[in-house]
Amino acid sequence: MRKIEAIIRPEKLDAVRAALEEKGITGMTVVEVKGRGRQKGITLQWRAGEYRIEFLPKMKLEIIVDDKDVETTIGTICEAARSGKVGDGKIFIYPVEQVVRVRTGERGKDAI
Amino acid sequence: MLAIWFALVLLVALSGTVSAEEVLKVDTGDTAWVLASAALVMIMTPGLGLFYGGMVRRKNAIATIMMSFVILALISVQWVLYGYSLAFGPDIGGIIGSLQWLGLNGVGQAPNADYAATIPALAFMIFQMMFAVITPALITGAFVERIKFSSFLVFALLWATLVYDPIAHWVWGVGGWLRNMGALDFAGGTVVHISSGVSALAIALVIGARKGFGKEPLEPHSIPMTVIGAVLLWFGWFGFNAGSAVASGGLAASAFVVTNTAAAAAALTWMLLSWRSRKPSVLGAATGAVVGLVAITPASGFVGPMAAIAIGIGAAVFCYSAMLFRMKRNVDESLDVWACHGIGGTWGAIATGIFATTLVNPAGANGLLYGNAAQVVTQAIAVAVTWIYAFAVTYILAKVIDATMGLRVKEEEEDVGLDIGQHAEKAYS
Repeated sequence: MRKIEAIIRPEKLDAVRAALEEKGITGMTVVEVKGRGRQKGITLQWRAGEYRIEFLPKMKLEIIVDDKDVETTIGTICEAARSGKVGDGKIFIYPVEQVVRVRTGERGKDAI
Repeated sequence: MLAIWFALVLLVALSGTVSAEEVLKVDTGDTAWVLASAALVMIMTPGLGLFYGGMVRRKNAIATIMMSFVILALISVQWVLYGYSLAFGPDIGGIIGSLQWLGLNGVGQAPNADYAATIPALAFMIFQMMFAVITPALITGAFVERIKFSSFLVFALLWATLVYDPIAHWVWGVGGWLRNMGALDFAGGTVVHISSGVSALAIALVIGARKGFGKEPLEPHSIPMTVIGAVLLWFGWFGFNAGSAVASGGLAASAFVVTNTAAAAAALTWMLLSWRSRKPSVLGAATGAVVGLVAITPASGFVGPMAAIAIGIGAAVFCYSAMLFRMKRNVDESLDVWACHGIGGTWGAIATGIFATTLVNPAGANGLLYGNAAQVVTQAIAVAVTWIYAFAVTYILAKVIDATMGLRVKEEEEDVGLDIGQHAEKAYS
């Protein structure tokens, strides 16, 4: 089992959710985050003059999948979240030791 | 006990009606308009709280709103107790009103021909009260996000007493020396806007910059809130300027029209200025409307609608430049009270000397464009006097309060925000 952590543009969240759902991946946790990468910040206007915002709002998706679904998930997210400009985000993959469904106590793949 | 109290109330009520009938006749239309105007000006102060509240960070939102709100309460009481008497009471040497009207003694239902012959003296008093209220509230933009609430209350009360009341007397009080000199200020360009704007700069220099100023972005937390505040100011300003005719008639209508025209011209101009540098700014358009209102204030009873457009455009250009200048000098006069009210008020006062015409108001004077260049000089003297007096007294007052009570909150408190630090409340839970 793997945890896929994807940081994406906030406006792409729904497209990513829909694309993943088509592939049968329905579960995810979404966190509103701020961050920066190659896009760095943006310049906004004050009443006169400008100021820089160094951290931009992004969405972080946390998705736990079976090993066999990892590549599909990554591919689907990349396709749905891409705009082609800097700031599209990043995906991180971690091993997951155990998954437990609270309601039934099921463990492992069945609990995903 | 109760019977005596009722008898007393009855006696006061009767004496009130008797005196109201024996002197000047009250005009119902004038009285209705001035009372409605007082209510319009009243809403400007909490509106100002929203205007400023939206421009600070969320951790200081209610502390900022509270300053305007509490000033409404504080100065209302000050004005009734002694403020009105100092500003409008029987003159002492052209400098200050006497304390003869302490506790509104002698200010009754009958008109006072010196100020407004057709409305009750009480109506004139309450209308003027709302001006006394909003003026110190304007200054609060200078020291948001770092001032200690207790010190702020002391400052506001002393400032109203030592700066506002005397200047109001000089310009508007019968016998006031600037009034006698012939300075024109229809609704408070010098008294309200220059005095508050210049004082804002003085106290900002004493209290110092916010932590992080110039290093971190000190972002406005709610532009919609600021726009609502600007709209309430614009709305209330009809009372401020058109009410200053202290009569319901042609002059009030004229002041109403030029007020709206100047605000509109300035909002458009500021929007275009921001567009030229980047994109059409919403905060810019709202600010533009306010500086247009500021600049037309002294002129509103003396100029026509074409002059109002020129005054509005000038206000946006001068105040926008003043704001850039202030930022370049790295002065944290946080919400630009000096750039908007100090510079906007100064332009308005000088513009009154340029565009004033007796065609609009026979009781006024002609300005430069109507062959009376001397009026510009008179206006400039009133401006200079107000700048010097307001700056000097406010600077000393701020220094004294800083040395005794301390103007600023502790650094940790500034980090956490004044909402929790000073009020133990949060704007957004």
